[in-house]
Amino acid sequence: MKSRHKKLALIGGALAIIGIIAALVLNALNSNIALYITPTDIAAGKAPQDKIFRIGGMVKEGSIKRQADGVTIAFIITDTEKDITVNYKGILPDLFMEGKGAVAQGKLVADGSFTASEVLAKHDENYMPPEAAQAVNDAQARAAAGAKMPETSPAAKPTY
Amino acid sequence: MKDRFNLYRFASPATFYPLAGRLIPWFTALAVIFGLAGLWIGMLVAPTDFQQGEGYRIIFIHVPASWMSMFIYLVMAFWAAIGLAFNTRLSGMMAQALAPTGALMAFISLWTGALWGKPMWGAWWVWDARLTSELILLFLYIGYMALTAAIDDVRRADKAGGLMLLVGVVNVPIIYFSVKWWNTLHQGSSINLTKSSMATTMLWGMLLMALCFWMYSIAVALVRARSIMLERERHTDWAKALLTGDEK
Repeated sequence: MKSRHKKLALIGGALAIIGIIAALVLNALNSNIALYITPTDIAAGKAPQDKIFRIGGMVKEGSIKRQADGVTIAFIITDTEKDITVNYKGILPDLFMEGKGAVAQGKLVADGSFTASEVLAKHDENYMPPEAAQAVNDAQARAAAGAKMPETSPAAKPTY
Repeated sequence: MKDRFNLYRFASPATFYPLAGRLIPWFTALAVIFGLAGLWIGMLVAPTDFQQGEGYRIIFIHVPASWMSMFIYLVMAFWAAIGLAFNTRLSGMMAQALAPTGALMAFISLWTGALWGKPMWGAWWVWDARLTSELILLFLYIGYMALTAAIDDVRRADKAGGLMLLVGVVNVPIIYFSVKWWNTLHQGSSINLTKSSMATTMLWGMLLMALCFWMYSIAVALVRARSIMLERERHTDWAKALLTGDEK
């Protein structure tokens, strides 16, 4: 009975050690595991120079510009703090649209924009029928309108 | 988890073998019932998704298979720990019996994910943390099966395989939390114990399919465990009695 418990404790201890090692290794590799970096990272100078990497964020509303040829496109990827313009020529996935997540792979060019060789759409975790999505949009619009209302009268603004 | 509890009590193969035989039809029937209900809701009742159209219906297979692939590995690691600590005969057999189903689930998860990824993301495969760690899980299953098959002495095979399972178990939380810990292309989880960001019918379809996969996995693992038992215990009296013809 004693040796069994000893073995069980040994297994538990070994598992804990393996877990700690894994956590340390993964922590050290953190920047390599991330699939993409954000525009804020680029602004902070974390982008690799002259190397292909991926940036990710939201496609800014109203920023998609298509050229006449139909496959050359420019859009802005934003993390709501910083923006970066992405130029891309090629086919876009179905879920690529304004206000949704996207990941682009390519290089930074001299003028500070990003030339992508591949653009992927990042899906979010929301699954719902179109009517529900419409209802959510309407509710958000109402909430936004409601939130803006008090701001129009300066007197209603709380003072801190 | 009624059957696990029973397995623990019926730890001797001689008593477990007939018990498993009696349980298999029940789990099979439940798998069929849950599967039909889940597919009916998933394919016919659940509404179309607002963004992905009909393509989202892959989740009714993809998500249950992914859950199963992780959970089966945890169960195998549990049996490995019991086997290494208490030297029980049944543990190794159970781990062996579960491995092919786990590998199948990991494969289904990766395969359906790739089919969905191409039209939705624009890529069959990306090396993001979620996809890569799930691929490692598939390799762990295959590695475990190869390792135990390569060692002739079953007790040593169980020990080596068990060690491998325990070392690899660290991968399971990595898979589960990868979408939280790192930037990944794979979306975050739509449901957890406290919230769901899915329409209710979709959620029901998915949960029913998950139950179906559970029942299927248990049924198949029990069938496999029974044949592994007979093979390993063929020199014992109970197995000989069975094999010479008075099986009920």
